[in-house]
Amino acid sequence: MAEPQTRNIRIESLRYAPGADATPRMQAWDVPFTDDMSVLQGLQYIKDHLDGSLTFRWSCRMAVCGSCGMQINGVPKLACETFLRDYMPAIRVEPLANFPIMRDLVIDQSDFLAKLESVRPYLIPQAPRTLAEGPYRQTPAQMDEYYQYSQCINCGLCYAACPQYGMNMKFTGPAALALLHRYNSDSRDAGKAQRMEVVNAEDGVWGCTLVGYCSEVCPKGVDPARAVNQNKIESTKDYFRHLLMPRGSGSR
Amino acid sequence: MSAPQTYTRPIAGWWRRNPFYRAYIVREMTCIAVIAYALELLVGLARLVQGREAFEAWLASLARPWPIFLNCVALLLIAYHAWTWFEVMPKTLPFINLGGRRVPDRTIVASGAIAAVIASLVVLFAFLYL
Repeated sequence: MAEPQTRNIRIESLRYAPGADATPRMQAWDVPFTDDMSVLQGLQYIKDHLDGSLTFRWSCRMAVCGSCGMQINGVPKLACETFLRDYMPAIRVEPLANFPIMRDLVIDQSDFLAKLESVRPYLIPQAPRTLAEGPYRQTPAQMDEYYQYSQCINCGLCYAACPQYGMNMKFTGPAALALLHRYNSDSRDAGKAQRMEVVNAEDGVWGCTLVGYCSEVCPKGVDPARAVNQNKIESTKDYFRHLLMPRGSGSR
Repeated sequence: MSAPQTYTRPIAGWWRRNPFYRAYIVREMTCIAVIAYALELLVGLARLVQGREAFEAWLASLARPWPIFLNCVALLLIAYHAWTWFEVMPKTLPFINLGGRRVPDRTIVASGAIAAVIASLVVLFAFLYL
């Protein structure tokens, strides 16, 4: 079998070393690659052969772990499923937009993780079942209602795509609200009333202006914009329910 | 443990960075045409209240080349504005199932747009012939 053809591509990366750099700078390398190499493999080549100090996150190499999200030519993408061959002769990588940079391509995700936790992302059943009563049963149609929202890998691309999050980091944001919707639309769950607090809040769904780029960049087809905007309707219904029935409806 | 030193990039000019954001800004800005046309109609209503003469003077003031041109531009911008609403309509709807199958987003967009065109034609027909 013929050896795969090797070409060179110029990879330019944002560099930032806390303490040493006051502001980020750009650095470029010429990297040999074959057509089957991802952007992540290009960065690994740099780290192994050209500059061991280049810092980036990665783990699974197959778009499952959600670690290697970065801006590739300004677009939030997973580096593992983006191919160098599509970017000849030069490619620019930067850390995910809207997040604080910790070092080079590594962002501080603590705010994002706190937001995921804030939506009570677990089943809150109406009445707990004992083991003897068996599992919670669900039809395929009921599963369809939330399945796509459950595919989130927490990569953060949607937050990098969201200008509203960029302008106001208090906004709960696409992935967390999609996760909230995933549990709210699960037939086994009865925790909607508790989660409406997050939905209705000033920085809940109403922080969204339906730019829609979150759904565009999502590598798993979650469609967070849909989850967020459906909950604007839920929030409106909730508001009028409380206006008409101030007591007793119990979802606030 | 102290918080690590981080760098936050400025957000200013974000909408210039990406064609998707530019399209979003264009979509949002076309609302100005909607406002302008609404104001124009409001003035017409005020003239109508003032009496027949005032209303006809208002109509005549619109029947000149510049107002006609500007109204045509407004029509195009408003049509685009309406289209962008239909484009995002699936995002605001729960999943719709027909005959056990999920209705695809493009069908929702198309049915909204077709309904709007039919409604516009009915209004136009009523205006011209009734």
